[in-house]
Amino acid sequence: MIPAQFGYTRPGSLAEACQELAADEEAKVLAGGQSLLPLLRMRLAYPTKLVDVGRLPELAGVHDRGDHVFIGAMATHDEVLRSGVVNADCPLVALATATVADPAVRHRGTFGGSLAHADPAGDVPAVVLALDGVLVARSADGERDIPAAEFFVDYLESSLRQGEILVGVKIPKLGAGWGFHYEKFQRTAQAWAIVGVAAAVRRSNGAIQESRIALTNMAPTPVRAHATETALAGMDLGGEVRQACAEAAADTSPPGDLHAQPDYRRHLARVLTHRAVRKAAGSV
Amino acid sequence: MPRVTVTVDGITYQEEVEPRLLLVHLLRERLGKTGTPVGCDTSNCGACTVMLDGKSVKSCSVLAVQADGSDVVTIEGLGANGSMHPMQRAFHEEHALQCGYCTPGMVMAAIDLLRDTPEPSEEAIRQGLEGNLCRCTGYCNIVRAVRRGAQEMGQAVKSS
Repeated sequence: MIPAQFGYTRPGSLAEACQELAADEEAKVLAGGQSLLPLLRMRLAYPTKLVDVGRLPELAGVHDRGDHVFIGAMATHDEVLRSGVVNADCPLVALATATVADPAVRHRGTFGGSLAHADPAGDVPAVVLALDGVLVARSADGERDIPAAEFFVDYLESSLRQGEILVGVKIPKLGAGWGFHYEKFQRTAQAWAIVGVAAAVRRSNGAIQESRIALTNMAPTPVRAHATETALAGMDLGGEVRQACAEAAADTSPPGDLHAQPDYRRHLARVLTHRAVRKAAGSV
Repeated sequence: MPRVTVTVDGITYQEEVEPRLLLVHLLRERLGKTGTPVGCDTSNCGACTVMLDGKSVKSCSVLAVQADGSDVVTIEGLGANGSMHPMQRAFHEEHALQCGYCTPGMVMAAIDLLRDTPEPSEEAIRQGLEGNLCRCTGYCNIVRAVRRGAQEMGQAVKSS
């Protein structure tokens, strides 16, 4: 399958890229292309022009910024999951990134591209939401910070405006006492999650003090399991944890497709949240 | 049309390409590198895997313009002086192919895996090849071939 025709430009600077996008509302940003190119080949998208930001140095790399890790939008999944600072200070990001597609796709696909694509079945969005990440966007008007909770608007839709480019993501460092797990249920090894659960749990004195849980593919956007988070606070790792995790599907609106119907996804959310919380709590 | 410069299997080419031209089509239709097949065309199967600047990629999911200035190695660039690469030979010896359609991608993915993991376990091989699908021989012989290829490549390194 061959994509429809489009123009192509590879701006030499971020400012130039912003101008290109601001001037043409049908233009699309090209990052690693691992989501966009399949869409183009299947002719599900018809951009006038691709603005290739893949080589912009302003968007590259993973950086330790003291109280947070800054993941450049063009850091590839492969770079992210090998990053020392990611593994030390936000290991949940590495755990989930290692499950994205397969090695060849991880060599090209980017962290920022996955977020801007805003696919609720992607693994990275739920993790950034669980960790209260902050997305940094640049346009001709300057830079703004967008909390993850406000970034994902709808299916494949983010709050990025025309002419804005995602520069990177700030992932706050959570410090000691936290354990992490990403639980993913998929049909085949490299497939998208039917449901995924990103969990961060802080334990002390044997009890769960605090938890942050976000769900993959349980709504048109990644969603936090707030009811479970609240129910888990102060709880021992006894039988009640399962009941708290049974709240995980509250306030979700899972899709029905050829992989699963909504009721099955709700069931998975409950079971997988329980597994994720236990594994996260046990890894402290 | 954009002009791209790519080095493929050691030879540098300059080509004018439409922006929508996929790397795999550049390789096959413009440069005659038909050793790299198009499989699923949806980035699932891995048959079109090549090395782009030393890392495995699915060449049906890379635009030729994105490869501008890059070094590409295809299955055709592995052998030297008419002899097979040790990994190719291992696939042959272990009967790791039947129809052969997935083989170029399997061999490239296997060599990519060994960059990090020169002596991979069976599990590491299965994980490393998760993006490559075989629909006829099955994976047991492929896993055996990758272990054998890894051993022979390791010995080649030690004796050189």
